[in-house]
Amino acid sequence: MKNQTVDPRRAAAAPRSGGEGAAAGASSNEAARFTATSLDQRNARTERGFHTLFLAMSIVLILPVLAILSLLITKGAPAFSWEFFTEPPRAQFTEGGIFPALVGTLWLVIVALLASVPLGVAAAIYLSEYAKDNALTRLINLAIINLAGVPSIVHALFGLGAFVLFFDFGTSILAASLTLAIMTLPVVIVSTRETLQAVPQSFRMACWSLGATRWQTIRKVVLPNSISGILTGVILEVSRTVGETAPVMFTGAVLFTPFLPQGVLDETMAMSLHLYMIATVIPDVPPEVPYGVALSLILMVLILNSASIGFRVYLRGKKKW
Amino acid sequence: MSAPQSDRLDDRIDAAWIWDRIARAVIFIGGISAIVFVVAIFVFVAKEGLAFIFEKLDLGFFFTSPEWRPAQEPKPEFGGLALIAGTASVTGLAMLIAVPFSLGVAIYIGEFATGKVRETLKILVELLAAIPSVVWGFIGLTILNPLIIDVFDVPVGLTVLNAGIILGLMAAPIMTTIAEDALKAVPDTYREAAEAMGATRWQVIRQVVLPSASKGLVAAILLGVGRGFGETMAVLMASGHSINIPTSPFDSARALTATIAAELGDTAKGSDHYKALFSLGILLFLVTFVINLLADVLVRKGASDRS
Amino acid sequence: MVSTASRIKLSVKDLSIRYGSTVALEGASFDVRDNEIFGIIGPANSGKTSFIRAINRMDEMTPGMEVRGDIEFNGKSVTDWRNLYALRSRIGVVFPLPVGLPMSIYENVAFAAKLRGVKGKADLDEVVERCLTRAALWDEVKDRLDSLGSLLSGGQQQRLTIARALSQEPELLLLDEFSIAVDPVTTMRIEEVLKELKQEMTIVLVTNLTQQAQRLADRTAFFLEGKVVEVGDTRALFKGQTKDPRTTHYIEGRFG
Repeated sequence: MKNQTVDPRRAAAAPRSGGEGAAAGASSNEAARFTATSLDQRNARTERGFHTLFLAMSIVLILPVLAILSLLITKGAPAFSWEFFTEPPRAQFTEGGIFPALVGTLWLVIVALLASVPLGVAAAIYLSEYAKDNALTRLINLAIINLAGVPSIVHALFGLGAFVLFFDFGTSILAASLTLAIMTLPVVIVSTRETLQAVPQSFRMACWSLGATRWQTIRKVVLPNSISGILTGVILEVSRTVGETAPVMFTGAVLFTPFLPQGVLDETMAMSLHLYMIATVIPDVPPEVPYGVALSLILMVLILNSASIGFRVYLRGKKKW
Repeated sequence: MSAPQSDRLDDRIDAAWIWDRIARAVIFIGGISAIVFVVAIFVFVAKEGLAFIFEKLDLGFFFTSPEWRPAQEPKPEFGGLALIAGTASVTGLAMLIAVPFSLGVAIYIGEFATGKVRETLKILVELLAAIPSVVWGFIGLTILNPLIIDVFDVPVGLTVLNAGIILGLMAAPIMTTIAEDALKAVPDTYREAAEAMGATRWQVIRQVVLPSASKGLVAAILLGVGRGFGETMAVLMASGHSINIPTSPFDSARALTATIAAELGDTAKGSDHYKALFSLGILLFLVTFVINLLADVLVRKGASDRS
Repeated sequence: MVSTASRIKLSVKDLSIRYGSTVALEGASFDVRDNEIFGIIGPANSGKTSFIRAINRMDEMTPGMEVRGDIEFNGKSVTDWRNLYALRSRIGVVFPLPVGLPMSIYENVAFAAKLRGVKGKADLDEVVERCLTRAALWDEVKDRLDSLGSLLSGGQQQRLTIARALSQEPELLLLDEFSIAVDPVTTMRIEEVLKELKQEMTIVLVTNLTQQAQRLADRTAFFLEGKVVEVGDTRALFKGQTKDPRTTHYIEGRFG
């Protein structure tokens, strides 16, 4: 996998786009009015101007975010303590920590992965190894793009209607995790498909000609050489899952439970919902606490994403063919 | 013939063959799962909301009245205009910010930057895209809100402006990566041909790269619009959440998505209010579906134009 | 006992191959006999590789490839095989560009044996050593059997590919321009091996080197622009006893 984001929305635009190759060159009517030298100077000025403009835009996009991050760090770090990460909230969220929310998020992520990784990898294998260029394949690709593009709150409505009520899982980790799994499925599918397609076709041909079945070829040659790429996508999916709020707020995550979840049919607290609640609904929370939760959430996401990026860079340096 | 004749060598159905068939069936199910889920999402959301739309919702009223009073007794009112206006104004403002920035940054990364600068920028953009929406909402609530009050000397900072900026910052990284892909899809031979004719870098970009990538760039903008349209938590937290047709960026507003998020917890299953929220879900689903479909068609068309 | 040389291994009947509207091979009909080396010569794009692919039904894995007509393998049409994989396991293929699978050298050669159900370490060791020795690679790699097969040099990978094909214990070995990626000395060594292998299997040798066909093949077919111009005894063809003057022209190097 190359160094690039694996975002299904982005994959939508991944096929080469192009248009008529417009003929280039200095526009001729202007060239008539200027001597070659002044035209060159003017062109160079224009070019420098745009170069600077786009560089400035890049800086302007990134600087405020870095400023916001540092603000979050300075305001949130004071909340960090051993107690903050290991204690449940007490006294109407004004004291204690976020331990149950951390544990709950862990539950949600793990159960979501158990559902989405096998399904997503299977879908990616289908698209990379079996699918022909036909209407069904185009339909699947369109569905993947839509799954990634449907608003998270609509996923929440679906989770509520399907898992909580229709399948009667109640508001539970199971219902919330399945909702998250379907929502983040495109992340796994798209990243895994890219990894599988990076395995040269000649390996498959060689394997088939030895008498291996398609499945043996996939299991013995294609998958073993894609595991690390798949893992990169899974880490990315985890980082998406950790921060999602809307899909879990009606399906399984609750403001407060006195006990840690004991099984998948229990309700749970979650980091993302916890941040929303203490930032908007709960009164008299000491100001550093929501900052601390936001900072922990953002650190989790950034660390996971950096791990995914680092892993990708490491893989690029470690070629097996 | 010295080869030992094992089972594998006869033309008969063996375990490997059967496993291959089983694997193929299982993988096929995985393959079509995405279709199944999209259909399921529509079915489950429509199941609760569709009957309400046809039987009780006055569509004319919904699209023309700003009166959203779903819990009013005895006669609730379901006017969606304020919510639509809220979504439109926030998304529109976000695009005003995100479109130029994402295109500019994409051009910088794709056409000007090289080596380490390029790699670093790409990674930063990728990390930006990863920040969860609830954190963005929190930033709007706690950082941007007082900033707007101070800078513009207005009484409230949770406004269309606030949500628009937040949403713009959220959408820009994603649009940047998609736009950069569209630029990358323009073959280098186009650039080389233009450069060989003596065109400067900027002339190459403006007259060759941008026209050739135009459909992909429009798709990037469309997907950004879709993202802004569907964003929930950040808009819920940053827009002020008041039912109101905004007339200036300093007005508060409320989006369709945020309405569902805020009210669903308080409704009884099967009540009109509950069903009304699901009908908003149908609207959201259909609009994003059309946006994604359009983007997909554009990208395909761009690819076929080139070849 | 009936002379094995007269038995027919492959019978090609009015075979046509196309990719969309492009015709790769048209109306090919000829036989390949048991335990012979059957040479196929001809310039690029004359349908040689497509023919190889059609034999082990690789067309099913190749988008757009369409095969008409018939190839009988041991008197049974290849399309009649229910278990396609069992058919393929009886046919060894060596591609023009070497493909070392991204697994250890040992695993590369033991792969087909494992698919066949060979399990014992000693049996597998024996297969690996025998096949690598025959492919003239054993001495070079015997001390590093666990290093990656895909990272060997081109020439070594090609011999690994041949060793892997031999490990299938095939009845039919298809070699598609195997010497492209191999140095002349190794080519000569492999050619010696092929002469021995003829005792055990049928070999179809596609080559763009007419001299290679002359050195090895019992009979030779000349393919040109998707047509089989003629099939004949190699010695006769190279003596100029051809039915079609184009064959002589090609053999003498006037075109191609």
